[in-house]
Amino acid sequence: MKIYISVNDGVPIYLQIISQIKHLVAAGRLKSGQELPPIRLLAQQLLINPNTVARAYRELEAAGIVTSRRGAGTHVSDEGSPLARKERLKILNDRIDALLAEASQLEVDFEQLTELIEKRRKTMYGESRGERL
Amino acid sequence: MKSDNVLHDKDVPAVVKGLSRRFGRKLALDDVSVEVPKGRVYGLVGENGAGKTTLIKHILGLLVPTAGSVSVFGMNPVTEPERVLARIGYLSENRDLPNWMRISELIRFTRAFYPDWSRDYAEELLKMFDLDPSTKVKNLSRGERAQTGLLIALAHRPELLVLDEPSSGLDPVVRRDILSAVIRTTADEGRTVLFSSHLLDEVDRVADYVTMIHKGRVVLSASMDDIREGHRLVTLRFSTPQQAAPKIPDALSCEGADEEWTVLCNGRLDALKASAEAIGAVIVDERTPSLEDIFVARVRASRQAR
Repeated sequence: MKIYISVNDGVPIYLQIISQIKHLVAAGRLKSGQELPPIRLLAQQLLINPNTVARAYRELEAAGIVTSRRGAGTHVSDEGSPLARKERLKILNDRIDALLAEASQLEVDFEQLTELIEKRRKTMYGESRGERL
Repeated sequence: MKSDNVLHDKDVPAVVKGLSRRFGRKLALDDVSVEVPKGRVYGLVGENGAGKTTLIKHILGLLVPTAGSVSVFGMNPVTEPERVLARIGYLSENRDLPNWMRISELIRFTRAFYPDWSRDYAEELLKMFDLDPSTKVKNLSRGERAQTGLLIALAHRPELLVLDEPSSGLDPVVRRDILSAVIRTTADEGRTVLFSSHLLDEVDRVADYVTMIHKGRVVLSASMDDIREGHRLVTLRFSTPQQAAPKIPDALSCEGADEEWTVLCNGRLDALKASAEAIGAVIVDERTPSLEDIFVARVRASRQAR
């Protein structure tokens, strides 16, 4: 599990940890049942206050993403994360926002954009494997 | 007359009340009050010469207050220096260590003063910092000197670790060592760290509480959570270009031009929204400012208030 902290990007550190762990769970890079690093260890790795890590873990637990038991550590929830789908869509939405902004900057209208997406899909998956998308 | 206070303060690592200190005509500290709670990391921030080191020296009992009081674990550090210093580990800004000693001699020498000195921990820190105990202090590099000073401050496992500008002038590797030691100290139960720094990103990372000092006065003192939640950096957009910065209540600073102005404010977002609407602006961006943004805005605001 690799987390990147940036102090000056206007997002509190504990929220950065929360959103990155949610992303890792949504992307399947953290599997259900997998153990998160102990608070003290993660604090030392990231060079941040242990209370900040503890707060992030507490909120992840309240959101049902992880469970923690005293002495047994903190694990990704079994039921998969209830937020996983929402988070997945959020990842996509962020990309879509960036894409729309870029398209508007380059004066590509929405119709052209959807055509482009369709074209890319065919290039990537061919005609037959399109149903999954 | 102060017996109630003493009982109450005996578990609190440091309580400073209304402290003023004059050096000749210069007022170095002006009515400073700080309470360092147990088990937390407390950051003192301010520009060079703001009074951080002077405050620290009062906590160590090295300076006598002109007015006000200092209590460390309920004791007066000026009248009971041995009992106070036995519970403190201190890394000074100048890392003053005896140049003529080897590291091994310095360790033996220091150990004699502290019954709680841990040989294992000292050994571990030597390895961690990759220090050769036979090196003479005068031949140490800047980073090694800081590491040696930190080892001396840490190995008796002090209840209160006081670090004055611990990472100033150090390369990133040694800075990591120092920060890591701070984190480790606080993760060990009940230990408290008080450190001063002008590197605000560092304080942003590790501190639970922050006091900002500017020209001897406290401009802000609060928990990091309260500081982060109490300040917003908001960009307002007006329908027409504005000639001058808009007047927003609770604004600490305001920068921008024409239609867009960014305001750092200290207040509730809904109140801010209302005052923005009242002057014909909408909020187009809103974020949590960094400690540096807040510090700069506070210092500017305090300049204007004078």
